[in-house]
Amino acid sequence: MIERIQKLRDQSRNAIPSLSIERAKLLTEFYKSGNVEKVSTPVARALAFKYLLENKEICINDDELIVGERGPAPKATPTYPEICCHSIKDLDILDSREKISFKVSDETRKLTEEEIIPFWKGRSIRDRIFDKVDYKWIDAYEAGVFTEFMEQRAPGHTVGDGKIFVKGFADFMVDIQQSFENIDYYLDAEALDKREELKAMEIAATAIMAYAERHVEKAKELAKKEKNTKRKKELELIAQTCTHVPENTPRTFREALQHYWFIHLGVITELNTWDSFNPGRLDQHLYPFYKKEIDEGTLTKEEAKELLEAFWIKFNNQPAPPKVGVTAEESNTYTDFCLINLGGLKEDGSNGVNELSYLILDVIEEMRILQPSSMVQISNKTPDSFLKRVLEIVKTGFGQPSIFNADIIIQEMLRVGKKIEDARNGGASGCVETGAFGKENYNLTGYFNLVKILEVTLNNGFDPRTKKQIGLRTGDPTKFKTYDKLFEAFSKQVKHFVDIKIKGNNIIEKLWADCLPSPFLSIIIDDCIMNAKDYNAGGARYNSSYIQGVGLGSITDSLTSIKYNVFDKKTCSMKEMLDILSNNFKEKEDFRQKLICDTPKYGNDNDYSDEQTKEVFELYFNAVDGRPNTKGGHHRINLLPTTVHVYFGSVIGATPDGRRAFEPLSEGISPVQGADIQGPTAVLKSASKIDHIRTGGTLLNQKFTPSFFATDKGIENILHLVRGYFKLKGHHIQFNVVSADTLRKAQKNPEKYRDLIVRVAGYSDYFINLGPKLQDEIIRRTEHGSD
Amino acid sequence: MGQKGIIFDIKKFAVHDGPGIRTTVFFKGCPMHCWWCHNPESHKIEPETITRKVVTSSSKACYEKKEVIGREVITEEVMKEIEKDLIFYEESKGGVTFSGGEPLFQPEFLIDLLKKCKKRGIHTTLDTSGCASKIELLKIIGLVDLFLYDLKFVDEEKHLHYTGESNNQILDNLKTLAKKGKKIIIRIPIIPTVNDDQNTINQFGELLSTIDILRVELLPFHKIGEEKYLQLNKVNRMKDIQKPTKEHIEAIKESLEKFGLKVKVEE
Repeated sequence: MIERIQKLRDQSRNAIPSLSIERAKLLTEFYKSGNVEKVSTPVARALAFKYLLENKEICINDDELIVGERGPAPKATPTYPEICCHSIKDLDILDSREKISFKVSDETRKLTEEEIIPFWKGRSIRDRIFDKVDYKWIDAYEAGVFTEFMEQRAPGHTVGDGKIFVKGFADFMVDIQQSFENIDYYLDAEALDKREELKAMEIAATAIMAYAERHVEKAKELAKKEKNTKRKKELELIAQTCTHVPENTPRTFREALQHYWFIHLGVITELNTWDSFNPGRLDQHLYPFYKKEIDEGTLTKEEAKELLEAFWIKFNNQPAPPKVGVTAEESNTYTDFCLINLGGLKEDGSNGVNELSYLILDVIEEMRILQPSSMVQISNKTPDSFLKRVLEIVKTGFGQPSIFNADIIIQEMLRVGKKIEDARNGGASGCVETGAFGKENYNLTGYFNLVKILEVTLNNGFDPRTKKQIGLRTGDPTKFKTYDKLFEAFSKQVKHFVDIKIKGNNIIEKLWADCLPSPFLSIIIDDCIMNAKDYNAGGARYNSSYIQGVGLGSITDSLTSIKYNVFDKKTCSMKEMLDILSNNFKEKEDFRQKLICDTPKYGNDNDYSDEQTKEVFELYFNAVDGRPNTKGGHHRINLLPTTVHVYFGSVIGATPDGRRAFEPLSEGISPVQGADIQGPTAVLKSASKIDHIRTGGTLLNQKFTPSFFATDKGIENILHLVRGYFKLKGHHIQFNVVSADTLRKAQKNPEKYRDLIVRVAGYSDYFINLGPKLQDEIIRRTEHGSD
Repeated sequence: MGQKGIIFDIKKFAVHDGPGIRTTVFFKGCPMHCWWCHNPESHKIEPETITRKVVTSSSKACYEKKEVIGREVITEEVMKEIEKDLIFYEESKGGVTFSGGEPLFQPEFLIDLLKKCKKRGIHTTLDTSGCASKIELLKIIGLVDLFLYDLKFVDEEKHLHYTGESNNQILDNLKTLAKKGKKIIIRIPIIPTVNDDQNTINQFGELLSTIDILRVELLPFHKIGEEKYLQLNKVNRMKDIQKPTKEHIEAIKESLEKFGLKVKVEE
């Protein structure tokens, strides 16, 4: 690693995450100024965005090549009181909690108490959401049946496409102008709304250009003072770069990176969008710039790598905005899920791997930092040599990149009516979510706790933890004569809670559209400008609302256990089973062992258990898929957990699969931790029995000890494993290569393992930053160690 | 209906028993009783019960579990398991490996399985001690794509002492296979104080340099079988033997290479 990068990387890794009051203070000033009431909501939002960019501190760090920070300094993380107005108690928790903490200064605390809370209480969208949803929603939410993504963070979940690399904001201004001219004031009832939205986009476009100009001034000022002539030149080059972008189309590799970075900052300053933002298919977008400059001799491979690494560090400087309560539980990490896509197919269907794809892999291997995340899209046209290079990085145990099936991602998009070019230009973002990059609003709306619903079903609609009748009265389970009767009751409850969730989603989506439009994000996502409609109001070409099913392994094994033990083998009655569960296996360890060891389990390529997997999948799919959202699009499913399987487990008593009360559920579509005893091929076979093409993404985690990757032959076998899974139409697989011993040592002696990164679920995190339960779980996850 | 047989395990994603991703079927029963055997549960052909101690995660309670080693199966059942991973064999040019115990100890069952695999185009590997009559060997010879052929000694007396069986038939069978042009990998377990002396190694070298084989694989002795001897209540005669040093294995490798052999160490 070259010295500059080493220094920047250390700077970034050693920066302590803190809460910055700057954004909240400026925003509150603006909202108190009296300018908000005079204009429409979109225009007010754009003016607020402009005010922030005009007044926030400009930060250029020592030796940087790519400039711009969201906060006043690296890892100084803003709050978004218009979304979630943190209480003083929240601040205390953020400041003092052991994991994922943010330092809170006295000044921040004081300003929050005196200025921010008095103004935003009752106005924040979080307060409005909890005010607008009905009691059934609240009861289910509090019971832990589902979570809500938009109560502390904004809809985003979207990714940039190639257009932002070939267009400057001056070009976007022309597009906006064109759209203004297309408004039909005589025949279009929405004409006025459209005009206001376009006005807002225009203000936002101007604001980002002016923001870049402030960096020009700052860089010039620093250059003037700089004694070191080399650095002086660099600062002058930064000034030159920021003069050109983001106003104009980038001309060089460096300009392309800086151009994107301004856009990134724009998106994450406007709102705290989920999954921050993401350049998407970076090797595809940057390749023309790279090729041209290499050919012309104005850039070397080494310089390109240095610029990329400097760019990488910028992501690491922006931790995910602080989250509290259930939101913190469901996504307990500093990672903000920016998932760089490499490889895949080009728009014309040919292999997308290029020289830059390999260079970016080198960058990933060398940087080994938390952010950004990375993934590769592997199609049957992708050369093995590329996948092999990927596995050599995976082997180092850093958890990146994760591996996706490009051909299936495309089929998933075609199934829901997206154009083939849009599908090929798309990929996966966040953890594993499929989307048409630059053209789609695809929100995760909340996790859905399938196992909790079984618990509620087994209690005739009653939740033993919150002591409320939250579900339907589907009957006393001890009276069910067959397994089918039980499954029928479970099906009714699933549909019931999906109904509640979707009703809530539609209320919440509408609130976002009405109260917090995002004109800046709307500029860069097709076809918001053309439709003169906001991103949050359905302006995008495609609009999908995902509900993420959680605990496929746990629900399969629980249903299988009842089917097997109560109905087929009759080893116990339903009453006995329920009594033992309500006592959390007290004095019934033998029985629990039978449930664990002598009952068929998902993940072993056993049709007896996997039949339940398929049934649950079909049930959940049919309950959700195709139901309209408020944006002219539809609800879809995907199967991923982030960290919510720990929280979801903590609200459920003992389950028929032998899981003790409050322990974590299985994650993604992976088997229950330790239940897969037939090796990885059996896991992949089980996981491929559901139809991935009808989802918007599934997450499969496979842990390997390093020994599997030790030889060339070993790596080749893993490669074949991946190819086999993808032939079986699996969506995604990620490998955790680490020994359990190392993890145990890390648990005992965290300060010695600060650099240890493990794959959690769709993302990597520092092992020592995980809660003890999650740490334990990662240790337990089946190790397919060699003998 | 197919043949009946006794097996004690089917292992998926077996990546050390031949090329690619494989499924290994472990036959129960073996005519030999090598002192260092790390699968002592495979000696008797009849299923036997062992007691395993299970430590549960959170309660820390130790709990005893009886487990039956070995089960009678019919070939269709085994084929169903083997065929589950077809897609991975195809991707990796892998297949199935029959191991044990000694697969040739249940010849009818083995032939039936081999025939069915060949019918499905599955690559077959036989992991054998070669301790079988020539007639049995000739019956399967055309159905096996690769032989993993275990040798312990060249010397007859030592062989008899440590394995309980004569070496003559084994060496003769090996020559038969070679003459038929079969693909053979020789596997030699390296057992300290038993067959790791220079004299023994030289004997291997002299013999193997006259036979057409793909390579020699050295399997250094390890102690993974220890626990099993306890569970089975069997005498472990190798209790005090430590695994060989890396340097020693390397020296043996070099010695054999001097005979013009290709040698690989399997860790």
